[in-house]
Amino acid sequence: MSNEVTQTTEKTQAETPETTTGGRIYRPSTDIVETDEGVTLMLEMPGVSADNVDVWLEKRVLTIRGKIQTTSPEKLQLAYAEYGEGDFERSFTLSDDFDPENIGASLSNGVLTVTLPRAEEAQPKKITVTAS
Amino acid sequence: MLYPTYTRRSDPYSLMRSMLRDFDRYTPTRASQAVFPAVNVWQGDDAVAITAELPGVEPADIDISVKESTLTITGERKSPQVPEGARWHRNERGYGKFSRAIRLPFAASDDKVEARMTNGVLRIVVGRPEEDKPKKIKIKAG
Repeated sequence: MSNEVTQTTEKTQAETPETTTGGRIYRPSTDIVETDEGVTLMLEMPGVSADNVDVWLEKRVLTIRGKIQTTSPEKLQLAYAEYGEGDFERSFTLSDDFDPENIGASLSNGVLTVTLPRAEEAQPKKITVTAS
Repeated sequence: MLYPTYTRRSDPYSLMRSMLRDFDRYTPTRASQAVFPAVNVWQGDDAVAITAELPGVEPADIDISVKESTLTITGERKSPQVPEGARWHRNERGYGKFSRAIRLPFAASDDKVEARMTNGVLRIVVGRPEEDKPKKIKIKAG
């Protein structure tokens, strides 16, 4: 094995308080694209399965959390490490005009896609005046 | 940029040195260039495993080949399909072709290599050939 140390794309750790277990929390790299219908977020969360992802929306703050399953192979020892393994966490503050009921999230190949559709404008209501 | 000539007049190379320092600072060096994908290497008596995080890469877009003791991972990270007229707010993920060669501690044969991809994490297990394994030598009674 080569002894040359190669610089790799670094995962940034999240600015969260430290964990009690000593595990690291990373900030997932994110792409955000906006269309007329809404906003799509794509977060890189390698090693996280779909049932270990939590997407929360509380008072305009969207929090995304992913727990990883460690991939340490049995009977083998780590000889050389370029990346760390840890959970993922990141939050975003949203504007008011999103429809919280229709937020969708899907995970494929370690990338979580969150779709935030814009809320439909409130239908204009006609107020009937009753004669008294 | 200003290079004061009056400082350390006794040292004729001070100006050159300070210029080189500035030059180093603004020139991206090879070390700062990121290599993708980052790999972790695991070793054991019977096998070596290589894990790499490849989020957003389809398993069909990854090519793994072994030639003697070099394992090569090549592939492409495709940028996501976005509808026409979409506006990008953030673009932190990287895209494009990648290639990474890893030297194994032994020459491996193709049939001893197994690769699996789960949730964007690639795991390659390379079995150690029988002839490479250490042999126990029995001591005969004299």
